[in-house]
Amino acid sequence: MSGAGDLLLDVQGLEVDIPVAGGTLHAVRGVSLSARRGETLCIVGESGCGKSLTSLALMGLLPASAKRRAERLSLAGEDLMSASPRRLRALRGDRMAMVFQDPMTCLNPSLTIGDQLTETFLRHGKGNRRAARDRAVALLERVGMAAATNRLGQYPHQLSGGLRQRVVIAMALMCGPDLVLADEPTTALDATIQLGILQLLAELQREMHMALVLVTHDLGIVARIADRVAVMYAGEVVEEGPASIVFGAPRHPYTRGLMDCIPQPGRTAPGTRLGTIPGMVPSLVGDLRGCSFRGRCPYAMPVCAEPVAVRDGPDGHAWRCVLPGETLVRAA
Amino acid sequence: MLRFAAKRLLLALAVAFAVSVIAFLLLRASGDLAGTLAGEEASPEEIERIRTLYGLNRPLVVQYGEWLLRSLSGDLGRSLFYPDSVAALILDRLPNTAILASFGLVIALLLSIPLGMVAALRRNTWIDRAALGLAVLGQAMPSFWFALLLIFFFGLTLGWLPVSGTDSLANFVLPAVALGWFSTPVLMRLTRAGMVEVLAADYIRTAHAKGLPVRVVLVKHALRNAVAPVVALASVQFGNMLSGSVVIETVFALQGIGYLAWEAISRKDFPVVQGILLVVALFYVLLTLVSDLLNAWLDPRIREG
Amino acid sequence: MEPIPAATAIAEVTPVETPPAASLGRRRWSRWLSNPGLVIAALVLAAIALLAIFAPLIAPHDPYAQSLDARILPPAFVDAERADPAYLLGTDNLGRDYLSRLIYGARISLLIGFFTMLVSGTIGTTLGIAAGYFGGRTDTVVSFLITTRLSLPVVMVALAVVAVLGGSLEVVVLVLGLLLWDRFAVVMRSATMQVRGREYVTAARAIGCSVPRILWSEVLPNVVSGLVVIASYEMAQAILLEAALSFLGLGVQPPLPSWGLMVSEAKELMLFEPWMIMLPGMAICVLVLAINLLGDGIRDVTAPEGRS
Repeated sequence: MSGAGDLLLDVQGLEVDIPVAGGTLHAVRGVSLSARRGETLCIVGESGCGKSLTSLALMGLLPASAKRRAERLSLAGEDLMSASPRRLRALRGDRMAMVFQDPMTCLNPSLTIGDQLTETFLRHGKGNRRAARDRAVALLERVGMAAATNRLGQYPHQLSGGLRQRVVIAMALMCGPDLVLADEPTTALDATIQLGILQLLAELQREMHMALVLVTHDLGIVARIADRVAVMYAGEVVEEGPASIVFGAPRHPYTRGLMDCIPQPGRTAPGTRLGTIPGMVPSLVGDLRGCSFRGRCPYAMPVCAEPVAVRDGPDGHAWRCVLPGETLVRAA
Repeated sequence: MLRFAAKRLLLALAVAFAVSVIAFLLLRASGDLAGTLAGEEASPEEIERIRTLYGLNRPLVVQYGEWLLRSLSGDLGRSLFYPDSVAALILDRLPNTAILASFGLVIALLLSIPLGMVAALRRNTWIDRAALGLAVLGQAMPSFWFALLLIFFFGLTLGWLPVSGTDSLANFVLPAVALGWFSTPVLMRLTRAGMVEVLAADYIRTAHAKGLPVRVVLVKHALRNAVAPVVALASVQFGNMLSGSVVIETVFALQGIGYLAWEAISRKDFPVVQGILLVVALFYVLLTLVSDLLNAWLDPRIREG
Repeated sequence: MEPIPAATAIAEVTPVETPPAASLGRRRWSRWLSNPGLVIAALVLAAIALLAIFAPLIAPHDPYAQSLDARILPPAFVDAERADPAYLLGTDNLGRDYLSRLIYGARISLLIGFFTMLVSGTIGTTLGIAAGYFGGRTDTVVSFLITTRLSLPVVMVALAVVAVLGGSLEVVVLVLGLLLWDRFAVVMRSATMQVRGREYVTAARAIGCSVPRILWSEVLPNVVSGLVVIASYEMAQAILLEAALSFLGLGVQPPLPSWGLMVSEAKELMLFEPWMIMLPGMAICVLVLAINLLGDGIRDVTAPEGRS
């Protein structure tokens, strides 16, 4: 596999429970993921499938009411579940960094760009003020901001959304992290600048040889930059594997359904109805059993109500379905 | 920032003008000035003579203009009771009130900001409820009664602190606590509300994601944003303390301008009342202006507005 | 490998399931009743109001009747030996029954609180709604009025005016009413501004409703919950101020049994008979607390997300 290094992020059986009015919301259920240095992992899924909570759980930034459990959650071999809060803070921002969804709200309105950039660097003891400033200017230039030195004294509200997201990216990279988690980094931005930001992230990932975990619902982007893809549905990873395999020969009916929702250049004739997935995502409150997609699945069988085992294919391809996968017929 | 400052300044000037008109009219409404000046046994001719002498028979607008010019030059008239000029009386008492109000504000801020922060951080716990309960109770107590309770317990029963006079700083402790106490609930609620809102903000999560120590996240990232409205309100509260000090100074017989005002009102010494009203109101106008500018400086979004 | 699909987002196909709602009326009631602060405050306030209304029937003595041989008798729980069972809460320095004076004092506090709130509420709401609805020059003028009013020291102006006009109930109500309208104006102004932009107001304008009609039937009902909360707060404020004015000798005049006046009359005896300042002070506290808690409770119930 290209760019594959040692296993950096290793997650097994991650669970996130949130107490709600009617019981417990099992927002993330038994998620297993892995990412290597120099690799881009995309987590895709509909809104509310638990992909954002998964990324927050990895960083240890869940809301206080949420409960996190995992069989294994380690970064470069270090167990994060048993790490002290102090150790976690030392890792956050230094070894693992996060790019948030909405650049309009995730920058502090009353601190300058320069202050917010350099404080990560200074806090983690990477050098003195001067070094921090030089690093900030270099990174701002690298993320494509003109007059980077002048930007340091500006406040977030003086920048456009696209520029702010570039600042947020630069901020995440200040300490040269091993792992960058980007949670839908472009949803809050204009469509015209979304692609530029994502390409920038992909470039930086290659240049700095880090692992990038990109949470998105934009399949077009996933196909362009992902090395590996994890498809989430109703809090579970239903299919995971190398991007080419998951896109080329999806095994899970949900992944299949997603593919059919997308118009494809040269194949989808004008006026053709795109595929939709009928039905609704099941409630994740209370005890859950069996395949969560069975209510909407065209291949559903009585056995789907039983717990479903994960099937493994070649190249680390895995999916959670009672069907072996070959029987899926392409609808379009 | 300049545009914003100019706009605020203009408003402040307009309000200052309105306040001066009100202060002027208050003295005129208090009765026949010529009669008061002439004394109780004066004949109608004498009153008439004084009326002409002081120009009290001319149109009100002319009299107002003249009074305003004199006031601006620092001449606020003479007391009917004391031999001093009103300006001298006010200047004489002002330091005591300034000490009292500053002391009171410091006490209020020292109580309200930590309490508000803790209440916000420990939301819906007993600490939060206790702080809110204290705030509700504090707002329900009449200030003079609270002051009397302080005198009773700490002054008379325990004998820890003096209950009147202005000889030393210890004399100011009880009055300052009484005065600060009433600004504490509103400042605390505002701190708490601001902190609760700010703590839920995305940029606080960003700060945690950077691996900053909790202390830095709370103080540098959260408090600064949460406290901007508190700062604005604190300066307004300072103005309120100057006027609220009437009650507290009277209870503690503290020789400040509040006590002076109460004395003057009781003796119908209206030139003094007018002078104090003018000074306190103008000071308040100035404070509002400063607080607006301070707030704009703390929150970069406002100064462009 | 498949041709790369164009950048497209997954369609949002999932409306969130919501549990079936209980009947609106029942939920509303249970919400009012499940707020203990609100219930207690309402009960306390109702009790005080009943005491005030039926004071002549309830009070054991004439609150003005002096009795020179029964001066400064403490209540039984303070000093059982000196206490006289005929005077449940003792007597003041003129031998007047303290309990009866306290009961009649509730009348003064409630009257002043209520009517002051009515006067200031009318002024403030009118100004605030006008500023919020018309904006522009009206708004500038009202904002100027509010700022001017805020820069006048309330206690000082009230004392001075009472000194000029004399201390009667009507004067106190009028002075406080003319001084305490600012909060009404500020809150109503911003609430109206919000409501003005809503579709139903635009719709009413589009079908040609007159301005007063829009203000009365579209704007006012939608800002009224905020109004109730400030009204309670200002009523409490007026009660506290009346007590302060009377305490300073420039409010309600003797022999009326204003609670503030009672504290003032007792303060010379504070060291020896502390109960004499405790009782009227606590009476003010309880009344004001009940009114404030009622306002807070109404705010929480009508706008649960508005809390904190």
